[in-house]
Amino acid sequence: MASLDDLKKRITSVKSTQKITKAMKMVAAAKLKRAQDSAEKGRPYSEKMNNIILNLSSGISDKETAPKLLSGSGKEQVHLCVVLTSDRGLCGGFNANIIKKAKSYFVKLNKEGKELKIITVGSKGNDQLKRVYGNKIIENISFKNSKNANYFDAEKVGKIIIEKFQKEEFDICTIFYNQFKNVITQIPQAQQIIPLNTNGDDQNNSEDNYEFEPDEDEILSNLLPKNISTQIFKAMLENSASEQGARMSAMDNATRNAGEMVDKLTIEYNRSRQAAITKELIEIISGAESL
Amino acid sequence: MSDEFKIEIVNPEKTFLSKEDVIEVILPAFEGEMGILKNHISIISFLKPGIITVQAKSGEEKYYVEDGIVEFKNNNLSILTSFILNLKKIEKNKLHELLKIAEEESKKIEISDESKYLIDQKIETLKSIN
Repeated sequence: MASLDDLKKRITSVKSTQKITKAMKMVAAAKLKRAQDSAEKGRPYSEKMNNIILNLSSGISDKETAPKLLSGSGKEQVHLCVVLTSDRGLCGGFNANIIKKAKSYFVKLNKEGKELKIITVGSKGNDQLKRVYGNKIIENISFKNSKNANYFDAEKVGKIIIEKFQKEEFDICTIFYNQFKNVITQIPQAQQIIPLNTNGDDQNNSEDNYEFEPDEDEILSNLLPKNISTQIFKAMLENSASEQGARMSAMDNATRNAGEMVDKLTIEYNRSRQAAITKELIEIISGAESL
Repeated sequence: MSDEFKIEIVNPEKTFLSKEDVIEVILPAFEGEMGILKNHISIISFLKPGIITVQAKSGEEKYYVEDGIVEFKNNNLSILTSFILNLKKIEKNKLHELLKIAEEESKKIEISDESKYLIDQKIETLKSIN
């Protein structure tokens, strides 16, 4: 059995850990509120963007001349996977979930004999993926310096992706991120952004006749690159809300566990203190008896 | 009969402006200025750098935009833009800063004619605000 001093030290150490996790939980809760807010406020933009593109693409009759960002390069050989993770740890299964989703996709691609290229956004994803897929990672982007997810960062990522697409470095692009459902549930998502998936429910839109100025093709070729950035921005917003949510619940659990541990240790401490007293008493009594 | 329609200006971060009593909107569309009144035909277009003028019952407001997409449908005007500023609230320093960046960019040789055109538009607009 550990000595009284050791037990005392452990109790204080667990208590101070508990203080840290409690503080982290509080910080995460405050940040979550903000991240959730901006995720909700950012939704109209991406929804509208999507709508316009759906309207436009349903108006395009000749798929062959459609911009490549919409119709794809005609091949499916090289896949680019953009894995969005956080830059900081201690957020429960947040990063692990995205990585797991991404890895299972990589394995599937491998089986099909496709070529794989990876871009990681956020350092945690890079740390975990470089062990196995180090040679596949072609770029690692990190926004450690920006406090919140902002559009300019998303645009940077978007530009890199489009540049690579124009150089024909890949055929299909998929992004991985966590969708924020609520504080305890985040759903890892895989979303294909190039070529764009337009098989959504566009029935109600197809009746409208739009006037285009300039013509559809030109608008589309201007719009599609923007849409990529928008989708990435949306993913980043969802991700940051998810990250804070995951951190909050992880820290809440940690605080609770620390509390349980303190209780357990305190009981053990009291018991051994009692045992020491009893032992001393016995020694005194038996000493007195022997006289 | 009222001749008002709805406008919604959205940027990636939030809904920037939403009004229901708009009478006329003048947009810097890519192929020239465009005025939109109620019952305009459904249209999709995109913007070049310039000034959006929103005339509403509650007053006239002007905004500076750098790019954007416009959709008008069923008397709903949606403008998606990644960079927008209210001219009333704009600060002089900020304007100078934007102008400086734009001028520097226009000096680069390797830019395409199209982006050159856009930047020139931007400089012109910014100068006209000053």
